[in-house]
Formats: sequence, structure tokens, C-alpha cells
Amino acid sequence: MMLFQGLVGLSEAMYLWLVAAGLSLIFGVLRVLNFAHGSLYMLGAYFAWIAFRISGSFWIALLLGPLFVCAVGWAMEFGFLRRVYGAPEAFQLLLTFAFVLIFDDAVKLVFGPVYQSPPTPAALSGAVLIGRSVLPTYHLFILAVGALVGLGLFILLEKTSFGLIIRATAADREMARALGVRSSRVFTWVFVLGAWLAGLGGALSMPVRAISPGMGEFIIIEAFVVVVLGGLGSLRGAFLGAVLIGLLHAYGIVFMPVFELALGYLAMAAVLIVRPWGLFGARET
Amino acid sequence: MKMRILASALLGIAVLLVPLFSGPFLQYLVLNMLLLALLALSFNLLFGMTGLLSFGQGAFYAGGAYAAALLLRAGMPLLPSVLLGSLFAAALAALIGAFCVRHTRIYFSMLTLAFGMLVYAVVWKWTDVTGGDDGLIGIPRGAFFESAERYYLLAAALVLASVAVLHRLSNSPLGLALRAIRENSERAEFSGIAVRQTIFIAFVTAGFFAGLSGALLAPLEQTVSPSTAHWTKSAEPVMATLIGGPFAFAGPLLGAVVYLGLKEIIVRYTEYWLLVFGLVLLGMVLSFRGGLLGAALDHWARRQRA
Repeated sequence: MMLFQGLVGLSEAMYLWLVAAGLSLIFGVLRVLNFAHGSLYMLGAYFAWIAFRISGSFWIALLLGPLFVCAVGWAMEFGFLRRVYGAPEAFQLLLTFAFVLIFDDAVKLVFGPVYQSPPTPAALSGAVLIGRSVLPTYHLFILAVGALVGLGLFILLEKTSFGLIIRATAADREMARALGVRSSRVFTWVFVLGAWLAGLGGALSMPVRAISPGMGEFIIIEAFVVVVLGGLGSLRGAFLGAVLIGLLHAYGIVFMPVFELALGYLAMAAVLIVRPWGLFGARET
Repeated sequence: MKMRILASALLGIAVLLVPLFSGPFLQYLVLNMLLLALLALSFNLLFGMTGLLSFGQGAFYAGGAYAAALLLRAGMPLLPSVLLGSLFAAALAALIGAFCVRHTRIYFSMLTLAFGMLVYAVVWKWTDVTGGDDGLIGIPRGAFFESAERYYLLAAALVLASVAVLHRLSNSPLGLALRAIRENSERAEFSGIAVRQTIFIAFVTAGFFAGLSGALLAPLEQTVSPSTAHWTKSAEPVMATLIGGPFAFAGPLLGAVVYLGLKEIIVRYTEYWLLVFGLVLLGMVLSFRGGLLGAALDHWARRQRA
């Protein structure tokens, strides 16, 4: 029972981790908080759904869905966001907020407000027995993907030259620029990578969570709670924050069903009082 | 300056006279514009003046609306219910504000949105008190204010009085301190302004007036629904302010009129009005950050120089 709920919570945490990782990565480098990140997650699910309808293959959908989201992310950064880097940050937030309104309604316009019934991948439709409970294999698959992405991001950021450039830009963009880093190009790539993470989360959620136009707004709020917990700009914080929130929900729904919804906020409030900059965040400047 | 006072007074009188020469529809629309204008002004106390972008004004709007509705249903007269509803919203703002004002601007926006949605979740789930999904219905406003004209006069007068108070506030030492914080909070701190306390006062004040707007909505509609607390409600003052112009006091007022007027037209053609306003917002952020009023004032200033 404890183990089972733990695994359920962890697998739920992985969607949140993918979204929060993208959000945090983009903030760390671009210093822009992307309110539309939940909408990119939603677009990932819808694009994967289309790709599945056309190709009939879950794996192709999982590959193509997030790539389409990358294209949307590229257009957002290259076409719009970079025009307001000089403006007060409130206007940068407002720009991404405009995209929330546009994406959410555009999806309703194209697909209708109904919940789409998602497909189940054949290879992952089995289940494993944990104690006396049955855990769908898909949950384990999600856990593996989440862990792999975490490992991949670690290698990318810590072991490659591209990661070095990203870290340098995040630490001091002026200095990085002076050393010959083309920061505008780094910004675009980081935004596209962040969009891919959100899109992957959305595509992965397709078979187990209902696809609806409102799914983005729900996860972006949770992702905010996660990055406030973990510290904005820290990937380690995003991971641990997501795991914490996932477990809180999983155990909360069993032990305190009435307060389940409030638990995440309570955790956030507690962290804000003790460590306002988050568990792993840098002190505010 | 005298011209301006005179013009404001005339406009205020015109607003109060609306029931004399208009039908119930226009009256209803104008009152909705006034309520949104008040909500947008409360939002702009934080945004245009202090530089803090709040996505959670809906929480205080709903707080005021639900508190007033519950008191009215319990049999309290209209005016005390509205006042206590607003005070409840201010108390809610004090509670949430204690967490939000400790933080820099980006955290502030994130936290106001998150706490706003927490309030939404509470309203949605706490069915015993709030009616959950269905909201509260059958809110009485007493025999005297049962007539739409009388209620209009009362609500319009309260909104106009609040606008006057907010205008006075924006030119008071508090308003100047808030502007100083917007321009450079470190320098403001060094020059002796208690930055956090000042922002906190502004946050609670904004919560009070957002609550008043909601508290006046409940008896108007005679129902309250959870959508008053949803982030799409919080987005309305944001859009109204951006359209009208955040850097002039009257900007949100103008924006509320334009926003609701436009919405009234757009919903006749499409239900996807948020998409349209998303595009409008995009255009405003990219090219007209001063809003309509800002652009007009710029134009005027240029002509005078030439």
C-alpha cells in the first residue's frame, strides 16, 4: 500500500518534473518566467494525439508531438519574446500570458472543448502486481522516462560544451557575451529545449490523463508551486519539488482526502517562510 | 488642473444620470464597466504604480462577492454587507499578501496566481458554505434597493467615491513611495521608505477595492459563481489596464469601458473572445505599452511641442 502509493505519486511527479524543468531552465538562462509553459504541455498532448491519429503508432506520436511543440516554442522566442527583452519584466510576463489565452482558445477552436479519449499503447498496457495492488506498466515507463530525461539534462549541462555555454550564460550573460557567446542564439535553443520538455510531458500524459484545453492551466499552477519549493532556476530543485508534490498528493489523497488539494500550497507556504528563495534556489538579487 | 476637476465632476454626474435616459440593458452594461473599472484600478495600484503584476485579483473580487452574498442571505442589510464583504477581502489580501510581498517581482506574479487558484479551489470544494460548482443563488438586496435604478445609483456612487479615494491615494505620500519602489526599490529603501510595509499596504488596499467591486457584483447579479475566483477573471483587469494604459490614473477606467464594449461586440460573432483579447494583449505589449491613453497623451504632448 505505502509502496504502491509512492510509485503512483512518483510517476505523477514525472509530468510535473518535465514541465517544471523546462520552466526553470528557461528562467535560469533567459530570466523570463514562461506562463505559457502549461499551454505548451497541453499542445504536446494535442500534437501527439494528432500524430497518433495519423500514424497509428504511439512511438511516432511520442517523437513528433514534442517536436511540433519545439517549433511553436521557436516561433514564440524568435518571433515575439526577443522583442521585449529590454522591457520591464512585467511586460515579458504579460507577453507569455497573452500566449496562454491564445493557445488555450485556439485549441478549443480547433478541437472543441470536449475531453479527447486517449489511446493506450499496446506494449505498455500491462500491469504489475505490487503487494495486493495492480500498478499499470505505463506508470513504470513514465518513471523510467523521467529519470532518463533527468540524467540526459545532467549530462547535457555538466558534460558538454553546449551545457558549458548555457551555464555561463545563466551565470553572467554579459561576461559570456564578451567572451564570444552568441547569447541570442543560446536563448532560442534553451527556449526550444524547454518547450520540448513540456511537450514531452504532454505527449506522455496522453494515454493516462484525459486531454482537454484546461490541462495546461492546471499543471502550470502546480509547476509554479514546484519551482517555488525547489527554487526558481534550479533543476535539482525542480526535480525534488516535483517528487515532493507528487508524493504529497499520492499520500494525501489516502490519509487526508479533504486537505489533499491544499497540501502542496501548505508546503509552499512553509518553504516561503523558512527559505523564501526555495530549497535549492540562489538568494534573490 | 481646474479644467480636469470640472471634467471629472461632469463625467461623474453623467454616470449617475445614466438611469434617466437609458434602458435596463445600458444601465447594466455601464454598471459592469464601473465594477471592472474599480477592479482594474485596484490592480493598477500594484501594477502601473508599483510595478508588481498580480494575477490574483480575482481571489479578492470573489472574496468580497461571496462574503457579501453570505451576509445578505443571512439577512443583513445591503450597505453593511457590502462593507463587511470588502473588509473580508482586505483581510484575505493581508493573509495572502504576507507571503507575496516578501518577494521580487517574478515570484510575486507567480505567487498571486497560485494563491488565487487556491482560493478558487477552496470555493469550488467547500460546497457547504460556497455552494461549490453551483455557487450561491437568490441573493436578496432588500426592499428598498430592489429597484434596478436605486441599486445602480448606490453602486455607481460607491464606485465613484472609491475612484476619488484611489486618485487621492495615488498623489499621496503613499503613492509617491510606491512609484519610487517601482523605479528603484533599493534606492527607495535607502531613502527611508519601508519597502515591504509600503507594498503590503498597497496590496491590502487593492484587495479591499477589488473586494468592493465583487461585493457590489453579488447583489447586482443576485448570484455568485466560482468563476469570479478563476484566473480568467483575474485576467480581465490585466487586459483592461493594458488596453487603457497603466501609467496614467484614468487608463484602467478607459480600458474597462473599451474592454467590455469590445467584448460585448465580439461575443456576438464568436465565443472565443479570449483568443481575440490574447492577440490584442500581444499587440499592446509589443507596440503600445502605454495603452490607448498613453498613446493619446504622447501624441498630444508631441503636438504641443511642435
